[in-house]
Amino acid sequence: MFHIYCPHCEEYREEEEFHPKGEAHLARPEDPDNCTDEEWGDYLFFRKNPRGVHHELWVHAAGCRKFFNVTRDTQSYRIYETYKIGEQPSKAITA
Amino acid sequence: MTQINRLQAGGRIDRSKPLTFRFDGKSYQGYQGDTLASALLANGVDVVGRSFKYSRPRGIMAAGADEPNAVLQLGATEATQIPNVRATQQAVYDGLEAQPTNGWPSVNLDAMGFVGRWFGRFMPPGFYYKTFMYPQSLWMFYEKHIRRAAGLGRSPRAPDADQYDHINQHADVLVVGGGPAGLGAALAAARAGARVMLADEQEEPGGSLLDSAAQIDGEAASVWVTRVVNELADRENVLLLPRSTVNGYHDHNFLTIHERRADHLGDRAPEGMTRQRLHRVRARWVVLATGAHERPLVYGNNDVPGCFVAAALSTYLRRYAVAPGRSLVVSTANDYGYRAAFDWQDAGHEVVALVDSRANPQGAWQEEARERGLRLITGAAVSDVRGSKRVKAAAIVPLNEDGTQATGSLQWLTCDTVATSGGWSPAVHLSCHTGARPQWRDDIIGFVPGESREQMLTAGAVAGSYSLADCLKEGVSAGLKAATEAGFSGADVPVPTVSELAETPPMALFAVPHPKPNSRAPKQFVDYQNDVTAAGIELATREGFESIEHVKRYTAMGFGTDQGKLGNINGMAIAARSLGQTIPETGTTVFRPNYTPVTFGAIAGRHCRELFEPKRYTAMQPWHEQHGAEFENVGQWKRPWYYPKPGESMQEALNRECLATRESVGILDASTLGKIDIQGKDAREFIGRVYSNAWAKLAPGKCRYGLMCGEDGMVFDDGVTSCLGANHFLMTTTTGGAAHVLEWLELYHQTEWPELEVYFNSVTDHWATMGVAGPNSRKLLAELIEDIDLDGEAFRFMDWRQGTICGVPCRVFRISFTGELQYEINVPAHYGLYIWERLFEHGEKYNLTPYGTETMHILRAEKGFIIAGQDTDGSVHPYDLGMGWAVGENKPFSFIGRRGMKREDCVRPNRKQFVGLKTKDPNIVLPEGAHAVADPSQPKPMAMLGHVTSSYYSAFLGRSIALGFIKGGHERMGDTVYYPLEDGRVVEAEICSTIFLDPKGERQNV
Amino acid sequence: MSEVPDSVAVIDQIPQQGEPLTPRTPLHHTARAGGAGQLHYREHDLTGLLVLRGNAADKAFAEAVKATFGCPLAKTLSFVMAQEVSLLWLSPDEWWVLCPPDQAYALEVQLRERYSGHFALANNTGGMTRIQLSGPQAVQVLKKSIPYDVHDAHFPVGKVVATVFGKTQAVVRRLGQNDWEILARRSFADYIWRWVEDAASEYQR
Repeated sequence: MFHIYCPHCEEYREEEEFHPKGEAHLARPEDPDNCTDEEWGDYLFFRKNPRGVHHELWVHAAGCRKFFNVTRDTQSYRIYETYKIGEQPSKAITA
Repeated sequence: MTQINRLQAGGRIDRSKPLTFRFDGKSYQGYQGDTLASALLANGVDVVGRSFKYSRPRGIMAAGADEPNAVLQLGATEATQIPNVRATQQAVYDGLEAQPTNGWPSVNLDAMGFVGRWFGRFMPPGFYYKTFMYPQSLWMFYEKHIRRAAGLGRSPRAPDADQYDHINQHADVLVVGGGPAGLGAALAAARAGARVMLADEQEEPGGSLLDSAAQIDGEAASVWVTRVVNELADRENVLLLPRSTVNGYHDHNFLTIHERRADHLGDRAPEGMTRQRLHRVRARWVVLATGAHERPLVYGNNDVPGCFVAAALSTYLRRYAVAPGRSLVVSTANDYGYRAAFDWQDAGHEVVALVDSRANPQGAWQEEARERGLRLITGAAVSDVRGSKRVKAAAIVPLNEDGTQATGSLQWLTCDTVATSGGWSPAVHLSCHTGARPQWRDDIIGFVPGESREQMLTAGAVAGSYSLADCLKEGVSAGLKAATEAGFSGADVPVPTVSELAETPPMALFAVPHPKPNSRAPKQFVDYQNDVTAAGIELATREGFESIEHVKRYTAMGFGTDQGKLGNINGMAIAARSLGQTIPETGTTVFRPNYTPVTFGAIAGRHCRELFEPKRYTAMQPWHEQHGAEFENVGQWKRPWYYPKPGESMQEALNRECLATRESVGILDASTLGKIDIQGKDAREFIGRVYSNAWAKLAPGKCRYGLMCGEDGMVFDDGVTSCLGANHFLMTTTTGGAAHVLEWLELYHQTEWPELEVYFNSVTDHWATMGVAGPNSRKLLAELIEDIDLDGEAFRFMDWRQGTICGVPCRVFRISFTGELQYEINVPAHYGLYIWERLFEHGEKYNLTPYGTETMHILRAEKGFIIAGQDTDGSVHPYDLGMGWAVGENKPFSFIGRRGMKREDCVRPNRKQFVGLKTKDPNIVLPEGAHAVADPSQPKPMAMLGHVTSSYYSAFLGRSIALGFIKGGHERMGDTVYYPLEDGRVVEAEICSTIFLDPKGERQNV
Repeated sequence: MSEVPDSVAVIDQIPQQGEPLTPRTPLHHTARAGGAGQLHYREHDLTGLLVLRGNAADKAFAEAVKATFGCPLAKTLSFVMAQEVSLLWLSPDEWWVLCPPDQAYALEVQLRERYSGHFALANNTGGMTRIQLSGPQAVQVLKKSIPYDVHDAHFPVGKVVATVFGKTQAVVRRLGQNDWEILARRSFADYIWRWVEDAASEYQR
């Protein structure tokens, strides 16, 4: 059971209030009709699934209903940080 | 029966409160304060069970959670049966009923024992794997009989009579364990002002202090315990939980505690009280003060009743005033075993010998043993025992200096009790739950918790500190540190002072050598619960199992409810020696939650029976119930399925509901459909991006059907969206898809298109929705609605109007899911039942008929309308459905799904396409899910063409109808396909249009 | 009355003609009240609920809200009250306005007159009910119901939180030391009510 800091509610909440929504920072191609099959395939199907530091999209489903990003270690389950949509993760952690 | 082993005085039992209980069909007496184990021992009950594999008589060995043998079945009635209860952890109450979990017909006359003795020798480790794996199909058969023979307890066959619940807790500091370290930690953290929880698994906090002879701050240890416990209980910032086992240590300092609130009170919990409670705790800091389990030595026939771990004897003697024997041999590799001998002697019984494996120990304990006149034998250990249902004699053997060789022959000593101590194993289980690997410490000969990523501290014996002074000091220090880290500081908590004998270093001794090799020596048990022996572990390593995890699985060491509390370290040491490794090289197995068994009741809590799952109701629910509706679950909603009249079958009711609607007027409670209010100047643009069809020109006052697809182009929801104003829309979704659709809209708005000015709000529950359908629907509504012109020209199909019905403001949508003239009336939900009742008052003359979801399905299927989630399964795009008309090919923005449905696989020929199906025999209704084949006589497995998604009997059409998928179906109108069914029948059907009724829409456009 | 409004459709949802109607709250089929001694619970009469969405950083919006409802936009996880109106923070761009049901329409119209920028207001009066929970044991019922920490230091008077309740969700706010309110969705109200009755039973003797 994770304890997740919601960057919108500005406090820690129990995991059961949240839903994980997969990999973060997946941008929809600007022009889906004219991108290559490979670009489109990457967007639609391919996910990183790393062992270690991972950026994930979560939603505070039972709380403020806002989506946000979580940097989490998929092995230790440690959460390094959470940050709002549109923001970038700290460089120190991703490196 | 008299309590032959009860001491005349002492102990923490209340002799003024005798209690009667039954075990294995016999009645016994104990006292308030007894555990079932202490009471059984007081009564001289030696045999409490039979062993798993060999059916050997087994007695009580330990005094706590580490007890492997006395695992009993409790309960006076079928509804109160609890399996897997340790007698050492169960308080005696008046009327308690306990049964052994194995041994038939009784533990003393065991029929299986014959089998076990004769066949046990043919059951080496891996026996089950080797013998019963093939043929695999028979495993279920084998398992049933093996389990019956083994007797691992049984689940009750009647519903549990008691209630259980959950509670959420939050603490600054959670202290696990109420021994000296835990009490010190809790006291320090509490005085610092932190919110403290202290959980202790025993009947009362105090741990080892409850049977200690030590003095703390100049008083008896138990007096100090009482003082500290009283202070903690009085503090508002402390929650003290006795009888509460911290069973799981999960991520981010989330721990579960199993509190047995009423198990000590009776067979049933008192009225109004839950029997057990699961605490779900989020703690900022955790102090583990879980103590340690004493390791017995491994020696021949070490499972004969009368063999104890040394510290358990002190517990029974001093805490419960029970001496479970008369003549004792103690065998120890350290100073700790001496206490048992001293306590035994103090109780007035004979200590035959105190055997120390160390060659020449010289210290305070040895000095006292000599002063007490005890027969101290050094450089030796117990190697064998005689007796079957009780120890009759113990044999000691001289050892070489490191304890690996027997240097002489056995010397038999007559005794009825053997107590051994191989040292202590810290209870590292909870720390292991966090992923921390235990670390071996040579100086204490044990594993201590490894570094944890959690905010966790350890104190006392779990950290390898066994002296009372160290436990108290570390406890206070950990409590203060945890409180300080949690933001509370400045407490002044003096460390209590104690006087105790100094210790001499222990010796690493696990298995005592026998003059015979292990393979020929008497059985030396390592894991009692699973009948794993030293020879078995050695055999496993010889057979090539080198990883301790593999040895564990091959031998079953540390499995089951026991989880290797007593035997694991001994087993690892034996495996390590056999592999020629050190113990840290061999490593330890991983302990997983739960630490001790948790009842299913506690896991379920109040999430059972009527509270098992939320049931969602519409405003008209009381009417539905009064009118005999049968209900169907749609998501969490309860929806009327059909309304049978007395004596009517389901099909008769459906026929009546369908015909009434087609011929006059019917009404459906459609309140469960998701409704999303969408406002903002970019609302229209947004809707155009999430639906596949065009929305640019939908004018206020108009409604339109929309298909919602994923990026892969596959349909996942549909519904009607109405333009309420230029910047205002009301989207409806499927009943089950409402929450998902709202989250989908928010996802795209928040992550992809935040620049669009639009807000989404769920108004599903605000509006009660009634679908009034049928040729007489207009006439009926005209009687109730004065301010909307219902004329077909003024209020056309796919229009909506605002007005008043019976005085209540409403919105009326002229949309149709039946193909009939239909109006959906929306009123605020708090007036929903009122309007519904008014409709029936006026509807009687039109035979207004309520219909449920099943009739709705039939009516829409007659029209070929899809149900997203029934006719679609995530692999179907609009063109597959024959709904290319709902794809806005010319929309400027690449809406969600457009690129997806252009993928190579989505445009290939011969995709499965949505078609209508008419059985050749109009009375046969195809089963939903039936698969189509071209030639039913082909060999199996047959080439399948598609499957049926919807199938009904249509009373209006006088025949069955079905919808489903057929490869290339849109080009195969008129073809015949076959449906071979499970019962051997083959149903012939013709592919046809999905629209069975009124293809021109004349019924609804009136 | 059947005219469709222009950019946003706003309806006065109070019955205007005939005899006054008694609105049926989501728990009208229950006793609507229970408890004894240290714990009481009851369903509040119908309350107007306007779901307000907008940009808190937009001064004009914030001022229009204050002028209309008499209280400013509530800050994160808090609620503010002015006479008969409460404004509850739900999200950085969402507030719930609780008001007497017959004021909902007038308030909505006023705000729409005062502010014409980007915002949304949806009448959700029928979609929710309020369950008051009072007495020293109220916290125990809440601890059995929600995973959120209800300790004084963490959940002071004036705080509002949307969280998990049993197996569903609810909004919980603290009105006083021993006074709490659960805002439940209409369709889940029966479940939440039964849950509260069940959780409360041990404190009623």
